[in-house]
Amino acid sequence: MNKSVFLGTLAATALVAGLAQAQTTLETVKNRGELVCGSNTGQAGFGAPDANGVWQGFDVGFCRALAAAVLSDPNAVTFVPLTSQTRFSALASGEIDVLSRNTTWTFTRDVDLNFTFVGTNYYDGQGFMVNRELGVSSALELDGATVCIETGTTTELNLADYFRVNGMSYEPVPVDTAAEAQQQYLAGACDVYTTDISALASSRAAFAEPGDHVILPEVVSKEPLGPVVRHGDDNWADIVQWTLFALIAAEELGITSANLEELKAGSNNPEINRILGNDGGFGEMLGLDNEWAARAIAAVGNYGELFSTTIGDQTPIGLARGLNAQWTQGGLLYAPPFR
Amino acid sequence: MLLYDQRYRSITIQIFALFLLMLGAAWLIDNVISNLRLLGRTFSFNFLSQTSGYDINQRPIEYDSTMTHGRAALVGFLNTIILAIMGCALATVLGVLAGVLRLSNNWIISRLVTFYVEIFRNIPTLIWILIFGAVMAESMPAPSAFRGDDATSSMIFDAIAITNRGVYVPAVLFVTDLGYLTLGPVAPSLNWLLVIAVIVASLFANKALITHATRVQNATGIRPKTWWKSILILLVPVGAVFIALGAYLEYPELRGFNFAGGVHLRNSFLAMWLGLGIYTGAFIAEIVRGGILAISKGQTEAAFALGLQPGKTMRLVILPQAMRVIIPPLISQYLNLTKNTSLGLAVGYMDLRSTLGGITINQPGRELEGMLLLMAIYLAISLTISGLMNVYNSRVKLKER
Amino acid sequence: MSDTHANTVAYVRNEMLPPSDAPRSQTGAVKWMLENLFSGWANTAMTLISLLVIWWALSSVGPWLLNSVWTAGSLAECRAILDGATGACFSVITNRWHQLLFGFYPPHLYWRPVLTLVLLFVALAPVLFPALPRKLLVLSALYPFVGYHLLWGGSVWFPISVALGFVAGFVAYKLLLKVNNLLAIFGAILGPVLWWMFVAGQIDSALSSALPLGLEFVRSDRFGGFLISLIIGISGISLSLPIGILLALGRQSDMVFLKPVCVLVIEFIRGVPLITLLFNDSLLLNYFLPPGPAFDLILRVIIMVTLFASAYMAEVIRGGLAALPKGQYEAADALGLDYWKAQRLIIMPQALKISIPGIVNTFIGLFKDTTLVVFIGLLDPIGLSNAIRADTNWNGIYWELFIFIGALFFIFCFGMSRYSMYLERKLKTDHR
Repeated sequence: MNKSVFLGTLAATALVAGLAQAQTTLETVKNRGELVCGSNTGQAGFGAPDANGVWQGFDVGFCRALAAAVLSDPNAVTFVPLTSQTRFSALASGEIDVLSRNTTWTFTRDVDLNFTFVGTNYYDGQGFMVNRELGVSSALELDGATVCIETGTTTELNLADYFRVNGMSYEPVPVDTAAEAQQQYLAGACDVYTTDISALASSRAAFAEPGDHVILPEVVSKEPLGPVVRHGDDNWADIVQWTLFALIAAEELGITSANLEELKAGSNNPEINRILGNDGGFGEMLGLDNEWAARAIAAVGNYGELFSTTIGDQTPIGLARGLNAQWTQGGLLYAPPFR
Repeated sequence: MLLYDQRYRSITIQIFALFLLMLGAAWLIDNVISNLRLLGRTFSFNFLSQTSGYDINQRPIEYDSTMTHGRAALVGFLNTIILAIMGCALATVLGVLAGVLRLSNNWIISRLVTFYVEIFRNIPTLIWILIFGAVMAESMPAPSAFRGDDATSSMIFDAIAITNRGVYVPAVLFVTDLGYLTLGPVAPSLNWLLVIAVIVASLFANKALITHATRVQNATGIRPKTWWKSILILLVPVGAVFIALGAYLEYPELRGFNFAGGVHLRNSFLAMWLGLGIYTGAFIAEIVRGGILAISKGQTEAAFALGLQPGKTMRLVILPQAMRVIIPPLISQYLNLTKNTSLGLAVGYMDLRSTLGGITINQPGRELEGMLLLMAIYLAISLTISGLMNVYNSRVKLKER
Repeated sequence: MSDTHANTVAYVRNEMLPPSDAPRSQTGAVKWMLENLFSGWANTAMTLISLLVIWWALSSVGPWLLNSVWTAGSLAECRAILDGATGACFSVITNRWHQLLFGFYPPHLYWRPVLTLVLLFVALAPVLFPALPRKLLVLSALYPFVGYHLLWGGSVWFPISVALGFVAGFVAYKLLLKVNNLLAIFGAILGPVLWWMFVAGQIDSALSSALPLGLEFVRSDRFGGFLISLIIGISGISLSLPIGILLALGRQSDMVFLKPVCVLVIEFIRGVPLITLLFNDSLLLNYFLPPGPAFDLILRVIIMVTLFASAYMAEVIRGGLAALPKGQYEAADALGLDYWKAQRLIIMPQALKISIPGIVNTFIGLFKDTTLVVFIGLLDPIGLSNAIRADTNWNGIYWELFIFIGALFFIFCFGMSRYSMYLERKLKTDHR
C-alpha cells in the first residue's frame, strides 16, 4: 500500500476533482522509480511467477528490458497479473504503464479502445491440438468436436469464424484460464484445445506424455502479439516501441549480452554505435540518456537471446523461431533503421 | 437559526447530509464524464446491436455467432434463470429432506446428515463448484469409452449416458409440430406451451377438487376420498396431450466425436447445479430444522390431545407454524443462490455474467455500460424474487389483530 | 398368611426370586441399536443405506488417503513412487504450503503475519470477555494500526500519523462539547478529515526523515494465500460493523430524506452479486475517480467488501433492534436521554448482544466469499492453486489442493460457527 497514494486518495476524495495534473507516463514512471507492467496470470515461458515469486518469461523479459532502459534497473518492475478480461481496463485506467501479455493486435483494440500497439514481439497464429488417438490429421475433420477455449480472447471469435466458414459445427467449452483448459483437455472433457500455437506448444511441453498430442497443421488466424500502451502519450509509445526495436536490431547486428561491453567501447559499424549511445544522442531524443538501449540489452540480452532462454528450443517450451526469425533468416522480424 | 430549533433540526441536518451526498454523486458522475472524454469514448449501449461473433454452448433460444451482443446477453440471462430455478428446486428438496432427517431418531442417519450439513456449510461454494466440475471432467468415462465392441462403459438403460462431457438423457419430441409463438426475441414452442397450459389447468382443477372436499368435510364431517380423482385429473389430460401430439423419446447415441440427440446436460451446468444446490441445501436444512424446533412441544402435545395422528399433527399443526419461521430466511437463501449463479465463469457456464459481463464486455470493450447493465439486471432479478416471496410470506404470516 | 402358605401349599414359592437381567433386547448396545437404528422397517432401510454409503465412501477414499505420498518433488515423481497404485500426492502441499498460506510474502518475514494473527486474539479478548478491565479496549482500538504496520511495514510514522487523526477528532469533540453538542459531532468528523488532508502527510514525512524507524516494506503484490483471505475477511467485517450500525439506525429512523437513502444503499448492495461489485473494483472504479493511477488493489477490494458486508450487517443489526421490546426505548425516553445517549447506553448494547450470532454468521459468509477475489486476479488460495496447477511439475493435480484448501476453510468456519452457537446458548438464558 503506497502511503502517498493512500493519503492522496483520501485528500482527493474529500476535496474536489481535477487535482491530478497531467503527467506524462515517463514522468510518472520516473517519479515512482518503478515500471508497472501488466502481465499474464501465469503462462509458462511467457510470464509466470516461479516458486520464489519472481516473474520469469518472454513477455516479462521485455518489461525488464524496458525498466532497464528507463530506470537503469531491470528489477524495478512491478508485475500486475491480469486475466484476459481485466487487462484492457487496467491499461486504460493507468493502473499499468505497459501491457506485455500476449495481446493480439487488432483493429478495434487499436482504434476503438484507444490503445497503441507499438509493435510485434511474437508472431503467432491460432491452432488446434488433439489427442493422437483420435486419428485426426486436419482441422477440417473436426466437425462436431468439443473444443476447449479460453474465454475473452480473440481465439473465441476466430474459432466461430473458422467453423462457420467451413460449414462445420462444434461445441465450445469456455474456460477461464490456460491451466483450466489444459486440465479439461487432458481429462478428455474436450477433443480439441485451441489457442495460439505458441501457447499450445508451451502447454504440450508441460504434459506428462507430450508425444500423445498433435498440433494440427492449420493455422486459422494471424495473431501478432506485442506490447500495448495507452493512446495519446506518443513519447512513451516511442520509448516502448524503440526498446523493442533495439532488442530486435541488436540481434540483427550481432550485439549480444556477451560482446556488449566490447562493442560499447566503440565499433566500426555506425548503427551499432548509434544504438549503444556512442553516437547520435538517440537516447536524449527519447527523453532518456544515451545508454538506454545498451542497458536494455544488458538486462535480457538481444531478442534472440531472450527468445532462446525463455521459450526457445533448449527450454521445455521448445518453440522454433519460425516466423519470429530475423527477416534476413526468412522470418518477419524487421526493425526500422536506427538513423 | 434552524439548527437550534428542535422542530427543524433533524430536517436541516438531513438536508445538509443529502446535499453532501448529492455533491458526492455529482462528483462521481463528473469524473465519469471527464474520464470518458479523456479516453475518447462515448457512453452508449450501441454495442448491444453489434454482431457478437462468439458461440454459446447452452442455448435455450436460437443463437449463433452472427447474432447480436444483445441476443447473447439474453441467452445468458435465460441460462442464469434456468440455473437459479433448478438450483432452488434441488436445494429445497435436499434441504427439507436433510432438515427433517437430521431430527430423526436414527442415530446413524442424523450423524450422516449432520456431516453433510457441516461440511457443505463451512467450505466456500466456489470450491464446491470447482470440485464438482473436476469430478465430472476427471472421473467419468470419455465418449470414446462407449464406442466399439469392447466398450468399457455402457449407457444406463440404453437411455442415459454419463460422460466426462456431461450427461445425455432422452429428449421428448413431438411428431405433430404446432409451430412457434413469436414473442419478441423469444419463440417458445407451442407444443410445450400447450403442455404447460394443460398442467396448470389440471392443477387448478385439482385445487378446486380439494376445496370441494374440504367444504364437504366441513359440512358433513366426512372427507370424501380424493386421491384417485386427483391422480386422474393430474395425469390423464397431460397424457392425452402427449399422445395427441405424438410424443416420443429421442435417445442419445454416439455419433462422430460425441453423443448426439437427447438432452445434453453439460459439465458446466451440472457442476453449477450440484455445487449450488447441495451447498444451499445445507443451509436450508438448518433453516428447516430450526423452524421445526422453534415450534414448542406444547403444540404437538395439544394436537395429540385432540386425537390427531402423528402425520396429521405434522401436516396440520407443526408445518403451517414452522413455515412462518422458515420462509424469511428461505427467501434470502434463494436470493443468495441466484446471486451465486454469477460464479458460472469458474467452470465455463455461460450465464449472464459470462456472456454480457464477460465476453461482451471484453470484445467491444464497453465495461462501464456492460457492468451497469449487468448490475441492473441482477438487481431486477433479486428484487423480483424477494417481492414474490414477500407476497407469499405475507399470506402465510400470522395474522395479528 | 405367609406361614400358612409355607406349610400347607407346596407349590407356592415363599422366597423372592433373584432379580434376573433385563432381556438382551432391552439393554445396552442391543437396546440402543434397536431403538436408534432398527426401530421399524423404514428406519432399518435407512440405516442400511447409510451404512452402504459410508462403506462406499470409505472404500473409495480410504486406500487413496492411506497411500499418500508426502515427499515427492513433482507429480511425475509421485506417480513413480506410487507405481500404479492409487494414492494421494500430498507432496504438493508439503512443497507449496508456505505459498498457500502466505502467497509470495518474503519468507524471512513470515513471523510478521503470524504475530499479527496472534495479536488479533489479544485485541479481541477485551471485546469478547467482558470480565477483563475496560481499559484494555484501548489495545483493541490500536490493533488496526499495529496490524497494518506489521503486515505492510514501511515507516512506523505513517500509521501513527493516521492514528493521530482519530485523536484529533476526539480532542475536537471534547473541546467543542463545552460549546455545543452538535458542533462537537461536526468537529469529531471534520477534525480527522482536515488532519489527514493537511497535517498527516507533513508529519509523516517530517518524522520519517528525522527518525527513520520502521519495518521492511512489503508490497501488496507479495500478499497471497490465506493471508489475503484473512486480511480481507477480518478488515471487512470490523470496518463494516460501524457502517452497518449507522445504516441500520438510518433505516429504522423516521428521517424523511436519509431513510430512503439507507434503504436504497442496503437493497442495492444486497441485490447484486459480490462478484459484480468486485469487478467494479478492477474495471469501473477508475471511471469514478479522478484521472490518475488507481490505488492499491487490496485496499480497493477491502473497501468494496466492507461496503458489501455493511449492507448485510445492517440487516442483522436491524433484526437485533427489532427484537428489543419497545419498553426499552420508552424507558430510555423516560429517563430523559437524548437519541445518541439512548442508543449508546441502552439500545445498542442489547441489540448488538442479540445480533452477535448473526454477526458471526455474516463473518463466516464473508470469509468464504473472499475466495471470489480470484476472479479479479488476486492470488488467494484458489488463485494460487491455479498457479500451482499451471506449473510443469504439478500439472494435473487438483484433489489434494482442493482438500487442503477446503480443510483450512472448514477448520476456520466450523470453529467460528461452533463459537456462535455457544454464544447463542449463552445469551439465550438472558431472555427467557
